[in-house]
Amino acid sequence: MILAIDTSAGTAVAVVDRDGGVLAERSVADTRRHAEVIGTLIEAVTTEAGVSPRDLSAVVAGVGPGPFTGLRVGIVAARAYAFGAGVPCLAVGSHDAVAFQRLSAAAGRSVADAGGRLDSPLVVVTDARRREVAWTAWAGLDDDGLPVAAGGPALVVPALLGEATGASSTWPRTDPDDTVVSAGALGMLAERLFEHGRPFADAAPLYLREPDVTPAARPKTVSQ
Amino acid sequence: MTETTASSTPAHAPVVLGIETSCDETGVGIVRGTELLANVISSSMDEHARYGGVVPEVAARAHLDAMEPALRAALAEAGLTLDEVDAIAVTSGPGLAGALMVGVGAAKALALATGKPLYAVNHLVGHVGADVLRDDGSDLELPTVALLVSGGHTSLLHVRDLVDDVQLLGETIDDAAGEAFDKVARLLGLPYPGGPHIDRVAVGGDPAAIRFPRGLTLPKDRAAHRWDFSFSGLKTAVARWVERRRDEGQEVPVADVAASFREAVADVLLTKALDACAELGVPRLLLGGGVVANARVRQLAEERCAAAGIELRVPPLSLCTDNGAMIAALGAQLVSRGRAPSPLDFGADSTLPVTVVQV
Ligand SMILES: [Zn+2]
Repeated sequence: MILAIDTSAGTAVAVVDRDGGVLAERSVADTRRHAEVIGTLIEAVTTEAGVSPRDLSAVVAGVGPGPFTGLRVGIVAARAYAFGAGVPCLAVGSHDAVAFQRLSAAAGRSVADAGGRLDSPLVVVTDARRREVAWTAWAGLDDDGLPVAAGGPALVVPALLGEATGASSTWPRTDPDDTVVSAGALGMLAERLFEHGRPFADAAPLYLREPDVTPAARPKTVSQ
Repeated sequence: MTETTASSTPAHAPVVLGIETSCDETGVGIVRGTELLANVISSSMDEHARYGGVVPEVAARAHLDAMEPALRAALAEAGLTLDEVDAIAVTSGPGLAGALMVGVGAAKALALATGKPLYAVNHLVGHVGADVLRDDGSDLELPTVALLVSGGHTSLLHVRDLVDDVQLLGETIDDAAGEAFDKVARLLGLPYPGGPHIDRVAVGGDPAAIRFPRGLTLPKDRAAHRWDFSFSGLKTAVARWVERRRDEGQEVPVADVAASFREAVADVLLTKALDACAELGVPRLLLGGGVVANARVRQLAEERCAAAGIELRVPPLSLCTDNGAMIAALGAQLVSRGRAPSPLDFGADSTLPVTVVQV
């Protein structure tokens, strides 16, 4: 069993099992309350799934891309939970989870079903704030039902998306206003990657943007 | 830890792990009651040096990278496993929001994974809590006035009870004192962070060479800002003085400027702190925050406290700068008093008032 956490958009948490599928899943769409809700969501899914930390084989973190401040909350929570539970923390791209879910659905399957090949391209597009979007192109699903990357991830202003995506410019795209990352899909993708001996993502977040280097404007006062 | 120290702590004293990420230090500390077991600090200061101040996004990225290694290192230093920890404490605020959120996210997940109660606490009160960890075994004596000065805050508190009764007397209305050090250092061509470099070049300088202004000390300021601080005017005055010298083609006496500036900061900090002790009838002053590392601030505090018959308490420097042990120490006080853990839905509060000791 895997605890999956993604805060690349809202806050999404799930407990999944390779055979049992998505056992419990909760999400809060608010993109500014990750630190507030992360604990209650983890508590809710583990309670609903009836798992104790020691029942888990791993924790998986969605590593973006996504707005940084929120993205980090989920990644650090996944790492700390894994550390506390004494299990490994694995990383999966958040766009990979979106592609896995949408393409599985296009193939007539849920994320919990065993997969198979699908030639159906898709560009996953999510909001990256500051009038930019993040995109990743996918060629379809491979013989194991796992998404095949074809370009990205990268940031671009929406007007230049066609140009930036190059060969995949005519492919169907997800609408950034309507693209949610499901922790259930993230967790099931992690189960399938593990099952087929595939590599996981690098643990580092997909920031795709250098930090602003303006030193802190400190709060003028801390009383009210 | 020596046997003497360990045996002076009651066997039932709670073991608390504290997490601190309010600024540029990732701190994880472990205490058993009032006994310090581990104090691991991972600083991103070097990365901020080229920008002349703490860059929030750079600090937050560094917290994420440092968190798990710091947790591991602290447990190793304490010689404990997670199972032996009784509770977890974390800084909820005040501080940089994005930086605080990393600690809050980590602490909540760690608490849930281990089944330990979680205490969300106030960073500034944590600085006061550091004083319970003195290795001379003496207790924190109350009431006390606390002067907390760093790159992020300049606050004067009246503490009658560490857990129940902390009052804000005053704070900076513009720059923190540590920021003023950074800005004046830059003006003099010295590296970041400014404090130690100002200290270095001030040696041999005349602190009375230039009379720089003492912010908010004039009679007209006393009504509205009796205990508040302001360092923005001082910074501007130093800049004007140095520029005029340069415009006139004269050499800038760096040692005198640094010594005089430092004197102005130390003077105004300690004048207000000792006035507060006198006015409130409080016979002791506690210093905290990174500026305590400044030699002149410490020296002037010693002189003036001795002259006024005020007991001066200065925790070791490693417990004055931001650290997780002080957060753990405050958490242990809450546990010892039988306080309930914090609700699981608290957030990072960048402007958390000092009156809120536990969220
Ligand atoms: Zn501090």
